[in-house]
Amino acid sequence: MLGYINAFIIGGFICAIGQLLIDKTKLTPARILVLFVTIGTVLAALGIYQKIVDVGGAGATIPLTGFGYSLAKGAMKDVDQYGLLGAFTGGIRASAVGITAAVFFGYLISVAFTPKAKR
Amino acid sequence: MQKLYTNKEYLDHVEKEAPKSKVARNIVRAFFVGGFICIIGQFLNNILAQQGIGKDAASNITVLIMVFLGAFFTGINIYDDIGRFAGAGSIVPITGFANSIVSPAMEFKSEGYVTGVGARMFFIAGPVLVYGISASVVAGILHYLITLSR
Repeated sequence: MLGYINAFIIGGFICAIGQLLIDKTKLTPARILVLFVTIGTVLAALGIYQKIVDVGGAGATIPLTGFGYSLAKGAMKDVDQYGLLGAFTGGIRASAVGITAAVFFGYLISVAFTPKAKR
Repeated sequence: MQKLYTNKEYLDHVEKEAPKSKVARNIVRAFFVGGFICIIGQFLNNILAQQGIGKDAASNITVLIMVFLGAFFTGINIYDDIGRFAGAGSIVPITGFANSIVSPAMEFKSEGYVTGVGARMFFIAGPVLVYGISASVVAGILHYLITLSR
Protein backbone atom coordinates (compact mmCIF):
# COMPACT_ATOMS: atom_id res chain seq x y z
CA MET A 1 0.00 0.00 0.00
CA LEU A 2 2.84 2.37 0.91
CA GLY A 3 4.25 1.74 -2.57
CA TYR A 4 1.08 3.13 -4.14
CA ILE A 5 1.05 6.19 -1.89
CA ASN A 6 4.70 6.90 -2.71
CA ALA A 7 4.06 6.44 -6.44
CA PHE A 8 1.09 8.80 -6.23
CA ILE A 9 2.94 11.50 -4.31
CA ILE A 10 6.22 11.41 -6.26
CA GLY A 11 4.48 11.05 -9.65
CA GLY A 12 1.95 13.74 -8.79
CA PHE A 13 4.68 16.05 -7.56
CA ILE A 14 6.72 15.70 -10.78
CA CYS A 15 3.60 16.47 -12.84
CA ALA A 16 2.77 19.43 -10.59
CA ILE A 17 6.24 20.89 -11.30
CA GLY A 18 5.47 20.55 -15.01
CA GLN A 19 2.15 22.37 -14.57
CA LEU A 20 3.82 25.13 -12.57
CA LEU A 21 6.33 25.63 -15.39
CA ILE A 22 3.54 25.74 -18.00
CA ASP A 23 1.53 28.32 -16.02
CA LYS A 24 4.38 30.46 -14.74
CA THR A 25 6.74 30.47 -17.72
CA LYS A 26 6.31 30.63 -21.46
CA LEU A 27 7.37 27.01 -21.83
CA THR A 28 5.18 24.97 -24.21
CA PRO A 29 4.35 21.32 -23.43
CA ALA A 30 6.93 20.22 -26.05
CA ARG A 31 9.65 22.17 -24.24
CA ILE A 32 8.50 20.78 -20.89
CA LEU A 33 8.90 17.22 -22.21
CA VAL A 34 12.37 17.95 -23.61
CA LEU A 35 13.35 19.66 -20.35
CA PHE A 36 12.05 16.78 -18.23
CA VAL A 37 13.79 14.04 -20.20
CA THR A 38 17.05 16.02 -20.03
CA ILE A 39 16.70 16.72 -16.30
CA GLY A 40 16.01 13.01 -15.74
CA THR A 41 19.21 12.14 -17.61
CA VAL A 42 21.29 14.63 -15.63
CA LEU A 43 19.85 13.55 -12.25
CA ALA A 44 20.43 9.91 -13.18
CA ALA A 45 24.05 10.62 -14.14
CA LEU A 46 24.55 12.31 -10.76
CA GLY A 47 23.09 9.28 -9.00
CA ILE A 48 20.20 11.32 -7.59
CA TYR A 49 17.34 9.93 -9.66
CA GLN A 50 18.09 6.36 -8.54
CA LYS A 51 17.20 7.44 -5.00
CA ILE A 52 13.92 8.94 -6.21
CA VAL A 53 13.13 5.68 -8.06
CA ASP A 54 13.94 3.65 -4.94
CA VAL A 55 11.29 5.60 -3.02
CA GLY A 56 8.74 6.46 -5.69
CA GLY A 57 8.78 3.34 -7.88
CA ALA A 58 6.47 3.89 -10.84
CA GLY A 59 5.91 7.43 -9.57
CA ALA A 60 9.49 8.13 -10.69
CA THR A 61 9.76 5.82 -13.73
CA ILE A 62 6.40 6.64 -15.43
CA PRO A 63 6.98 10.43 -15.76
CA LEU A 64 9.24 11.39 -18.65
CA THR A 65 12.09 12.16 -16.25
CA GLY A 66 12.12 8.36 -15.77
CA PHE A 67 12.71 7.95 -19.49
CA GLY A 68 15.80 10.15 -19.18
CA TYR A 69 16.84 8.15 -16.12
CA SER A 70 16.61 4.88 -18.02
CA LEU A 71 18.59 6.36 -20.96
CA ALA A 72 21.44 7.57 -18.74
CA LYS A 73 21.47 4.50 -16.51
CA GLY A 74 21.67 2.27 -19.60
CA ALA A 75 24.51 4.32 -21.11
CA MET A 76 26.54 4.15 -17.90
CA LYS A 77 25.86 0.44 -17.46
CA ASP A 78 27.03 -0.32 -21.00
CA VAL A 79 30.15 1.81 -20.48
CA ASP A 80 30.99 -0.39 -17.50
CA GLN A 81 30.57 -3.44 -19.68
CA TYR A 82 31.87 -2.45 -23.14
CA GLY A 83 33.91 0.70 -22.54
CA LEU A 84 33.36 3.96 -24.42
CA LEU A 85 31.21 2.26 -27.08
CA GLY A 86 28.64 1.70 -24.34
CA ALA A 87 27.86 5.43 -24.29
CA PHE A 88 26.40 4.93 -27.76
CA THR A 89 24.62 1.62 -27.17
CA GLY A 90 23.33 1.68 -23.60
CA GLY A 91 20.75 4.47 -23.76
CA ILE A 92 18.66 2.93 -26.51
CA ARG A 93 19.25 -0.59 -25.23
CA ALA A 94 17.77 0.30 -21.83
CA SER A 95 14.84 2.28 -23.22
CA ALA A 96 14.22 0.14 -26.30
CA VAL A 97 10.79 -1.02 -25.17
CA GLY A 98 9.48 2.51 -24.62
CA ILE A 99 10.82 3.86 -27.90
CA THR A 100 9.75 0.88 -30.00
CA ALA A 101 6.32 0.63 -28.37
CA ALA A 102 5.76 4.36 -28.88
CA VAL A 103 6.71 4.15 -32.58
CA PHE A 104 4.84 0.90 -33.31
CA PHE A 105 1.62 1.52 -31.35
CA GLY A 106 1.75 5.20 -32.24
CA TYR A 107 1.83 4.40 -35.95
CA LEU A 108 -0.79 1.64 -35.74
CA ILE A 109 -3.26 3.76 -33.79
CA SER A 110 -2.66 6.88 -35.90
CA VAL A 111 -3.55 4.85 -38.97
CA ALA A 112 -6.51 3.03 -37.41
CA PHE A 113 -8.30 6.02 -35.84
CA THR A 114 -9.40 9.44 -37.04
CA PRO A 115 -9.44 12.58 -34.90
CA LYS A 116 -12.66 14.07 -33.64
CA ALA A 117 -14.03 16.78 -35.93
CA LYS A 118 -12.83 20.23 -34.86
CA ARG A 119 -15.41 22.19 -32.93
CA MET B 1 -18.06 43.71 10.93
CA GLN B 2 -18.12 42.53 7.32
CA LYS B 3 -16.26 44.66 4.84
CA LEU B 4 -18.37 46.02 2.01
CA TYR B 5 -16.86 46.38 -1.43
CA THR B 6 -17.86 48.88 -4.07
CA ASN B 7 -18.26 47.37 -7.53
CA LYS B 8 -14.86 48.58 -8.62
CA GLU B 9 -13.07 47.33 -5.53
CA TYR B 10 -14.76 44.00 -5.94
CA LEU B 11 -13.70 43.69 -9.59
CA ASP B 12 -10.13 44.65 -8.69
CA HIS B 13 -10.22 42.05 -5.97
CA VAL B 14 -11.47 39.36 -8.40
CA GLU B 15 -8.81 40.35 -10.92
CA LYS B 16 -6.09 40.06 -8.30
CA GLU B 17 -7.17 36.72 -6.89
CA ALA B 18 -8.48 34.88 -9.95
CA PRO B 19 -5.28 34.04 -11.90
CA LYS B 20 -3.56 32.89 -8.74
CA SER B 21 -6.28 30.40 -7.81
CA LYS B 22 -6.42 29.22 -11.44
CA VAL B 23 -2.75 28.29 -11.27
CA ALA B 24 -3.33 26.53 -7.94
CA ARG B 25 -6.30 24.67 -9.41
CA ASN B 26 -4.26 23.56 -12.44
CA ILE B 27 -1.43 22.33 -10.21
CA VAL B 28 -3.82 20.33 -8.01
CA ARG B 29 -5.41 18.75 -11.09
CA ALA B 30 -2.00 17.90 -12.58
CA PHE B 31 -0.90 16.40 -9.27
CA PHE B 32 -3.95 14.15 -8.92
CA VAL B 33 -4.19 12.95 -12.52
CA GLY B 34 -0.40 12.51 -12.85
CA GLY B 35 -0.27 10.69 -9.54
CA PHE B 36 -3.19 8.49 -10.54
CA ILE B 37 -1.49 7.49 -13.82
CA CYS B 38 1.59 6.54 -11.80
CA ILE B 39 -0.56 4.42 -9.48
CA ILE B 40 -1.79 2.51 -12.55
CA GLY B 41 1.87 1.98 -13.52
CA GLN B 42 2.73 0.83 -10.00
CA PHE B 43 -0.23 -1.57 -10.03
CA LEU B 44 0.81 -3.11 -13.37
CA ASN B 45 4.40 -3.38 -12.20
CA ASN B 46 3.40 -5.11 -8.96
CA ILE B 47 1.14 -7.62 -10.75
CA LEU B 48 3.86 -8.39 -13.35
CA ALA B 49 6.61 -8.68 -10.74
CA GLN B 50 4.58 -11.42 -9.03
CA GLN B 51 4.70 -13.53 -12.21
CA GLY B 52 8.34 -14.43 -11.62
CA ILE B 53 9.58 -12.87 -14.87
CA GLY B 54 12.21 -10.71 -13.21
CA LYS B 55 12.31 -7.05 -12.25
CA ASP B 56 13.53 -5.72 -15.60
CA ALA B 57 10.94 -7.62 -17.64
CA ALA B 58 8.18 -6.44 -15.29
CA SER B 59 9.09 -2.77 -15.67
CA ASN B 60 9.58 -3.17 -19.44
CA ILE B 61 6.11 -4.69 -19.87
CA THR B 62 4.68 -1.95 -17.65
CA VAL B 63 6.13 0.68 -19.98
CA LEU B 64 4.84 -1.27 -22.99
CA ILE B 65 1.28 -1.34 -21.63
CA MET B 66 1.34 2.31 -20.48
CA VAL B 67 2.54 3.46 -23.91
CA PHE B 68 -0.17 1.39 -25.57
CA LEU B 69 -2.85 2.82 -23.27
CA GLY B 70 -1.67 6.39 -23.94
CA ALA B 71 -1.76 5.81 -27.69
CA PHE B 72 -5.11 3.98 -27.57
CA PHE B 73 -6.92 6.59 -25.47
CA THR B 74 -5.59 9.25 -27.83
CA GLY B 75 -6.93 7.23 -30.78
CA ILE B 76 -10.43 7.03 -29.33
CA ASN B 77 -10.30 10.79 -28.61
CA ILE B 78 -10.39 10.49 -24.83
CA TYR B 79 -6.80 11.40 -23.90
CA ASP B 80 -7.04 14.93 -25.25
CA ASP B 81 -10.14 15.50 -23.10
CA ILE B 82 -8.18 14.28 -20.06
CA GLY B 83 -5.41 16.66 -21.12
CA ARG B 84 -7.73 19.66 -21.19
CA PHE B 85 -8.57 18.93 -17.56
CA ALA B 86 -5.23 17.68 -16.25
CA GLY B 87 -2.64 19.70 -18.19
CA ALA B 88 0.85 18.51 -17.26
CA GLY B 89 -0.72 15.63 -15.30
CA SER B 90 -1.39 13.93 -18.61
CA ILE B 91 1.57 15.40 -20.55
CA VAL B 92 4.46 14.43 -18.27
CA PRO B 93 3.78 10.67 -17.79
CA ILE B 94 4.92 8.25 -20.51
CA THR B 95 1.28 8.00 -21.65
CA GLY B 96 1.62 11.66 -22.61
CA PHE B 97 4.67 10.82 -24.70
CA ALA B 98 2.51 8.31 -26.62
CA ASN B 99 -0.19 10.98 -26.90
CA SER B 100 2.33 13.44 -28.34
CA ILE B 101 3.03 10.89 -31.09
CA VAL B 102 -0.51 9.84 -32.00
CA SER B 103 -2.18 13.25 -31.75
CA PRO B 104 -0.28 15.09 -34.54
CA ALA B 105 0.01 11.89 -36.63
CA MET B 106 -3.79 11.47 -36.74
CA GLU B 107 -4.26 15.15 -37.40
CA PHE B 108 -2.00 15.15 -40.46
CA LYS B 109 -3.08 11.80 -41.93
CA SER B 110 -4.54 13.69 -44.89
CA GLU B 111 -0.96 14.57 -45.93
CA GLY B 112 -0.24 10.89 -46.51
CA TYR B 113 1.33 8.01 -44.66
CA VAL B 114 4.95 9.07 -45.14
CA THR B 115 5.15 12.85 -44.84
CA GLY B 116 1.85 12.97 -42.94
CA VAL B 117 1.70 10.19 -40.33
CA GLY B 118 5.33 9.02 -40.52
CA ALA B 119 6.89 12.45 -40.13
CA ARG B 120 4.37 14.17 -37.82
CA MET B 121 4.61 11.35 -35.27
CA PHE B 122 7.92 12.88 -34.24
CA PHE B 123 6.78 16.49 -33.99
CA ILE B 124 7.31 16.39 -30.19
CA ALA B 125 8.75 12.88 -29.73
CA GLY B 126 11.62 13.78 -32.12
CA PRO B 127 13.03 16.59 -29.97
CA VAL B 128 12.52 14.45 -26.84
CA LEU B 129 14.60 11.65 -28.39
CA VAL B 130 17.24 14.07 -29.73
CA TYR B 131 17.85 15.69 -26.34
CA GLY B 132 17.31 12.56 -24.26
CA ILE B 133 19.63 10.34 -26.29
CA SER B 134 22.27 13.06 -26.68
CA ALA B 135 22.24 13.72 -22.94
CA SER B 136 22.61 9.99 -22.27
CA VAL B 137 25.64 9.80 -24.60
CA VAL B 138 27.23 12.70 -22.70
CA ALA B 139 26.42 10.94 -19.40
CA GLY B 140 28.02 7.75 -20.73
CA ILE B 141 31.19 9.53 -21.90
CA LEU B 142 31.54 11.39 -18.57
CA HIS B 143 31.02 8.12 -16.72
CA TYR B 144 33.76 6.57 -18.87
CA LEU B 145 36.18 9.42 -18.10
CA ILE B 146 35.43 9.24 -14.37
CA THR B 147 36.02 5.47 -14.26
CA LEU B 148 39.27 5.96 -16.24
CA SER B 149 40.59 8.50 -13.76
CA ARG B 150 39.95 6.20 -10.80
